[in-house]
Amino acid sequence: MIRHELHPDNWVDNYADYLFNYAVGRVSDAEIAKDLVQETFFAGLNSAKNFKGDAAERTWLIAILKRKVIDYYRKINSKKGKAEVRMNYRSSSDSDGDWMEEQVADPFSTLENDALENEELGSAIYDCIGKLPKKQALVFNMKTIQGISTEDICKELGINPSNLWVMIHRARTALMGCLNQNWFNI
Amino acid sequence: MISCEQATIICNKTQYREATFMEKLKLKFHLFMCKTCSAFSKKNTELTSLCEKAELHSLSQVEKKRMKAQLKGRI
Repeated sequence: MIRHELHPDNWVDNYADYLFNYAVGRVSDAEIAKDLVQETFFAGLNSAKNFKGDAAERTWLIAILKRKVIDYYRKINSKKGKAEVRMNYRSSSDSDGDWMEEQVADPFSTLENDALENEELGSAIYDCIGKLPKKQALVFNMKTIQGISTEDICKELGINPSNLWVMIHRARTALMGCLNQNWFNI
Repeated sequence: MISCEQATIICNKTQYREATFMEKLKLKFHLFMCKTCSAFSKKNTELTSLCEKAELHSLSQVEKKRMKAQLKGRI
């Protein structure tokens, strides 16, 4: 069996986006998610000596992040008077419906499934981005995910636009190949 | 008539809404004639919608740098 090792120097480069994406999906607040990722890295450092090498680095970090997310919810719910589960009757709409009836899950709703599927899709995309050469991954990330304009990226990285489009093209082609089997339905 | 290389560049620009009207027109015409580019364009567009659907979030370079610095202080 392969023994895994920890390389804290590369954590931010390799896993920050992946962990951040995971955290945002759960706390839906970018600032809090960022703090949780940072705390995860610190906790990882502190307990690095407990790392047995059975799991891959990322799996191990995700496991820590999961605990951090749970701790976060526990903390905001433990403030006095907030400990009970909140179930408010939605008073915004005309509230003359049956309370129980309105709490029942809609069997035809596809929202939950979509959310699950989108999360899987998100990790699949990040897996594929992780396989790209560093520079391509960076350009693709800035352009597609952060939505920074071509001009600004060129300025920041010191490249010219045609350079940028070549890198975008290579990244996109590689991603199409990588995601192909599972996600494209053409 | 534009070449396939030019068509791919315009196709990529279209994914980020950065192609001009003339470029789009040229691309449309090329795609009409060229099966290979047409297939590529279809996949490329699908990739864009997949990325949108996944609602990806990521940290900016500045934030990562700050994280790195803080982490380094503790290693």
